[in-house]
Amino acid sequence: MIYNEKIECMSRDEMHNLQSKKLAETVNRVYKNVPFYKDKMDKAGIKPEDIKSIDDISKLPFTTKKDLRDNYPFGLFAAKQEDIVRIHASSGTTGKPTVVGYTKKDIENWAEVCARTIALAGGHKGSTVQVAYGYGLFTGGLGMHYGGEKLGASVVPMSSGNTKKQLMLMEDFGTTILCCTPSYALYLAEAIEEMGIDRSKLKLKSGIFGAEPWSEQMRTQIEDRLKIKARDIYGLSEIVGPGVSCDCEYKTGLHINEDYFYPEIIDPDSLKQIGYDKKGELVFTCIEKEGIPLLRYRTKDISSLSNDECGCGRTLVRMQKVMGRSDDMLIIRGVNVFPSQIESVLVNFADVEPHYQIIVERKENFDTLEIQVEVSEKMFSDEVRRLEMLRNNIKAEMQSVLGISVDIKFVEPKTIVRSMGKAVRVIDNRKI
Amino acid sequence: MLIKQISVFIENRKGRLASLTKALGQNGIDLIALSIADTTNFGIMRCIVEDSDKALKIIKDAGFTAKTTEVLAVEVPDRPGGLAEVLGVLDSKDIDIEYLYSFVRSKTENALILFRVEEIQKTIEILTEKGIRILTSKEVYSI
Repeated sequence: MIYNEKIECMSRDEMHNLQSKKLAETVNRVYKNVPFYKDKMDKAGIKPEDIKSIDDISKLPFTTKKDLRDNYPFGLFAAKQEDIVRIHASSGTTGKPTVVGYTKKDIENWAEVCARTIALAGGHKGSTVQVAYGYGLFTGGLGMHYGGEKLGASVVPMSSGNTKKQLMLMEDFGTTILCCTPSYALYLAEAIEEMGIDRSKLKLKSGIFGAEPWSEQMRTQIEDRLKIKARDIYGLSEIVGPGVSCDCEYKTGLHINEDYFYPEIIDPDSLKQIGYDKKGELVFTCIEKEGIPLLRYRTKDISSLSNDECGCGRTLVRMQKVMGRSDDMLIIRGVNVFPSQIESVLVNFADVEPHYQIIVERKENFDTLEIQVEVSEKMFSDEVRRLEMLRNNIKAEMQSVLGISVDIKFVEPKTIVRSMGKAVRVIDNRKI
Repeated sequence: MLIKQISVFIENRKGRLASLTKALGQNGIDLIALSIADTTNFGIMRCIVEDSDKALKIIKDAGFTAKTTEVLAVEVPDRPGGLAEVLGVLDSKDIDIEYLYSFVRSKTENALILFRVEEIQKTIEILTEKGIRILTSKEVYSI
């Protein structure tokens, strides 16, 4: 089902005009309200009037995660604080999170794009949508929640975890659409088999999975084992949260809600735009946000765009599934983790030398992150109690900074390979 | 009065302890007393040797993290209740014992208890007052 036919099936010409109008308004607004952008544009000699159409977008400066960090927490907001009705936060590269703000209109627009997404999965007023993405500062849970409500479906705000309860309510409430990470979907599939739940008692028809990279093989596994149609959703909190794009039943790429989020693919080195069907870094410009409308935000995700006809009838440009990044960010159980965050925690422990390695595994569809830390002379205590305490303190601090629980393993000195160049910090054994 | 003990960090990995003791053996180091405290992921080996400086260097050269700690060595009669008496004394004076281990010497009828406490001086006074003999390192080494 197409939720918003007018937009989703709009002609390319009309879309071009719509985007041009929105971009011009947005650039005007950020120039007036966000000193960071005014500065950047002034330095580049660009005035808001220079942006007349969406084709002028390459004149605008880029925005990076560092800019968000440097302007923490609210420096990039374009609306007055009293008009911000929601604040979300996600992982930053160091201790401070990345912060985004939403006005009332932003929340409504976010609900709109998420409603389109749920409709792409076959959702409608009569659906029961179980949201098993985390609720809280993470945008996943609340994003899909508001989308489901806007669509008119019955939303079950389960949040993540508590598998037994998830399955009990899935059966008792007659859930038809499941929203969670793909690895959790497989985890649930296994739990259903292990708990001997009768699949015919479940009314599950489809699922909307994202927040971490996953392969087509994984999709096939999920569809076969859960006996549902699996949709691939993409989003990032800097742009809005979930709802930036989602694929249709033709599975030839994710339709981008480009009336809100204008996409570009650039060469990460030359920073020049790359045309259709070529791989590069995904960049988004928020052309209708009020709270934090980022211009040309570099996502570091690698993808490509195509705009040939899609069998579903939607004209929205499609992006390829993101399978890689141009930086070292990891996604563990749907949460963004940067090795630099881990290092920043370790160096805060006075006696710990940052000789560490990060081992990522996926055991039974559950991602684990183990940080191996070499025990130096300074760190070593003759008493087990003290060494254990140090380990627990590091573990607790990691949990606090990263937002997920990790294992800390003390290893003997010089067991972590020293390299001549950049240290290999991460060993990712997952086969996605 | 104080005995130098060497503590070594050992990962719970196959062959590590063997590798450590091999290094000591190859270099002529005789282990007088030995204890291993283990946890899920790692162990701490504690040992008494005659030349602890030499041993420490050998252990570090073999790639292990190690340090020396000072412990007390006390003689107790090698019969039931021998250890309990000493511990009772320390307990009554609120002395916290971090850990202890024992070894038996062949020459006498006494067993040796090695233990680590936070308040070393206070402990020495308490034991001496009760007539419990604290051994010198020379006595410990000459087994």
